[in-house]
Amino acid sequence: MEKAVDPKIYFRTCIALLALLALTWITAYVDLGPFNLIAALAIAITKAILIALFFMHIKGSSRLLHLAALAGVMWLLILIALTLADYATRR
Amino acid sequence: MPTLTSPVSEESEIVAEQFDDIDQQRSAAQLGMWIFLATEVLFFGGLFLSYTVYRFTYGQVFVEASRRLDVILGGTNTAVLLVSSLLMALAVRAAQLDRRLLLVRLLVGTALLGLVFMSIKAVEYHTDYVDHLIPGTRFHWAGADPRKAELFFWLYFGMTGLHAIHVTVGIGVLLVLALLACRGRFAAGNYNPVEISGLYWHFVDIVWVFLFPLLYLVGHR
Repeated sequence: MEKAVDPKIYFRTCIALLALLALTWITAYVDLGPFNLIAALAIAITKAILIALFFMHIKGSSRLLHLAALAGVMWLLILIALTLADYATRR
Repeated sequence: MPTLTSPVSEESEIVAEQFDDIDQQRSAAQLGMWIFLATEVLFFGGLFLSYTVYRFTYGQVFVEASRRLDVILGGTNTAVLLVSSLLMALAVRAAQLDRRLLLVRLLVGTALLGLVFMSIKAVEYHTDYVDHLIPGTRFHWAGADPRKAELFFWLYFGMTGLHAIHVTVGIGVLLVLALLACRGRFAAGNYNPVEISGLYWHFVDIVWVFLFPLLYLVGHR
């Protein structure tokens, strides 16, 4: 049976997530050109990783679970990358 | 409530026939849930792909359409879901520690925050209805390229709608778990259902973490 972790980890994760939400909100009001999208996605990916690592206990879980978690993301990236390889190169 | 019976007899009651022990049962449940979540990533993935293609194609119209969404309500909803994820993580911990009353309270608290999220979403949808932003015959767009703006709102309602269905299912699951927790179903290390439902709830949270900037914060405001 997995041991319960110190609840401080959950509170800190939540505070970090709310801080990142504030950051994404603020950057939306600054004109960064194409970097608005890149910044928004980078922050969203960071938030998703924090949730997966600490709330979903990917940190400290077996490699099998790491593989299962990454598999979904990998297939999504293949789906988007190959589709954009078509759309982004059309004239 | 912890009982005084020996752990061996408890374990034989809660471990299904096909498993050697409770640890094996637990890892099977977790792997199964993560594989389900991978299919969910691709379920939402189709919508995210459509979004990517059309944002790539009609960037400027998407910026204008996105400005019609209420960023205050959307941002508040993000915070609500993030805090609900905190409560869910604490609920799983309460289940691990066999603290029944705390578990019930945290599960109900998480479900209530889910209801707050859905209420705010309902207010947003109502405003969209009043403003004729729901795609269909009543859709009205004063700016240029109404068809392309309508496409943004198709994606907005498709993505947030599918997400809202997931939140609704999650609220139902949480309330059933709270009821079962009241009856002591998750005592003595038998907390698999709480843990994998937690994974589901966190996943739904992650989906919204991407939906918020992609739909509400297209371009700068």
